[in-house]
Amino acid sequence: MYGKGLRALSISTAAVMALALGLVFFYAPLEAEQGFLQKIFYVHVPLAIVSLCGFVLGGLLAIQHLRTREPRWDMRSYVAIHISLVFAVATLITGSIWAKGSWGHWWVWNEPTLVSFLIVFLLYATYQPLRFAIEDPERQARYASVFAVTAGAFVPMNFIAVRLSTAYLHPRVLGSASNLPGSMRLTFIVSLIAIALLYATLCKYELTAKHTRAQLRALRRRLIGDQPQARRPRSAAPALAPSPPARARTAAGTGA
Amino acid sequence: MRGTVGALLRKELLVELRTLESVPGMSLFAVTTFVIFHFALNRNSVDGDLAAGILWVTLLFAAILGVNRLFVADADQGGFDAFLLAPVDRTAMFVAKALTLLAFLVVLEIVAVPAFGLLLLGPSLGAAMPELLLVLALGDVGIAVIGTMVAALAVRTRARDLLGPLLALPLFVPIVIGGARASAPLLALGHQTAASGRWLATLGLYDLLFGLIAYALFDYLLED
Repeated sequence: MYGKGLRALSISTAAVMALALGLVFFYAPLEAEQGFLQKIFYVHVPLAIVSLCGFVLGGLLAIQHLRTREPRWDMRSYVAIHISLVFAVATLITGSIWAKGSWGHWWVWNEPTLVSFLIVFLLYATYQPLRFAIEDPERQARYASVFAVTAGAFVPMNFIAVRLSTAYLHPRVLGSASNLPGSMRLTFIVSLIAIALLYATLCKYELTAKHTRAQLRALRRRLIGDQPQARRPRSAAPALAPSPPARARTAAGTGA
Repeated sequence: MRGTVGALLRKELLVELRTLESVPGMSLFAVTTFVIFHFALNRNSVDGDLAAGILWVTLLFAAILGVNRLFVADADQGGFDAFLLAPVDRTAMFVAKALTLLAFLVVLEIVAVPAFGLLLLGPSLGAAMPELLLVLALGDVGIAVIGTMVAALAVRTRARDLLGPLLALPLFVPIVIGGARASAPLLALGHQTAASGRWLATLGLYDLLFGLIAYALFDYLLED
């Protein structure tokens, strides 16, 4: 059930990704000052935007989990934050490369967006250790959700605070899409869509994998017989109660 | 609610008075850190940006000692269970703990700030005084609110001594930004300009927003 639409999503992601890369390399004009280096902008900025949105999305899903207490919301929140963390690492790496190319340093402290991003990343880097340190699955889910909501609200606040702290703002020629020439803006928007699709696809893959594994475990247990379940290995990932197999469910229904 | 908070606060302060577990350690830590800064920087006196940075870093790390201990007794000796059995609003515990931490921080600063003026600060502390108190107060409220939230989140995990500071430090960054920037001109030689209202407003807003978030979420940490 979770794999539904996965193939269509993957194919469209690959297609839009190819289109975006084609536009980046063959359509978008070379920028006058930075030349070829500026092309990393089409990867870096969408990655940053998508991973920040993913962090906030994780917080919203966590609110849903706290309200309904259903484990599937915790699972979604976990996956959203997990993939966002991966994207955040990619953002920091591409950002460093860009900074080295255009300012000559791997890290620049007077670029507020980069600095705020690092702080947000450091905060979210504790998400998995926090989950890992709590054994009871129910409490793990609840505490992780409280963390996700807090951190999700921290993201915009932190950006405002760090931006205020930089008295001298770097000239942000390429910072916003509004002052780009038309062909660059089109390329940027297509890249953003491609990265967002990539995020959605990866999230769906992870959710599907987790559900499949839970189902497989349930089936295997049925095949071997109702043995007492082995202790769940400690994990940062949320535990999924495997849905009972279809026949068992109907049998229980008729029995009642 | 007010009665509950009062009772809890009285209990916390009484426990601290009888055991002296947190505040003396925090104060001693802060003074020792000033000595360490003297040798690490090889400076006899500091002012301006550097002074504000040293003061805030020291206060923050000393505060983390208190944050780490804030809920330990409740978690280990059944304080949480007893509290949950009582027919009172759970938010009362958050308010009482935050006020306790705030009180610890105030005592810490009564020791640490004069010690800083005596040991390291170049310009006189008196000139900075009324405004510095305001900055410290705003910073303390933020540290107390975030510290209480993080302490409750970390206390019932296996690696609580490690997770507490890891979770708290990134959340403290905006407080350091606001606090250090606001107090840097106050601690500068000559003390030319007043603390900028922008930083005070940032600190106040951050305190308020985090207070609301913690108020909304704290109940979920106390359920079992």
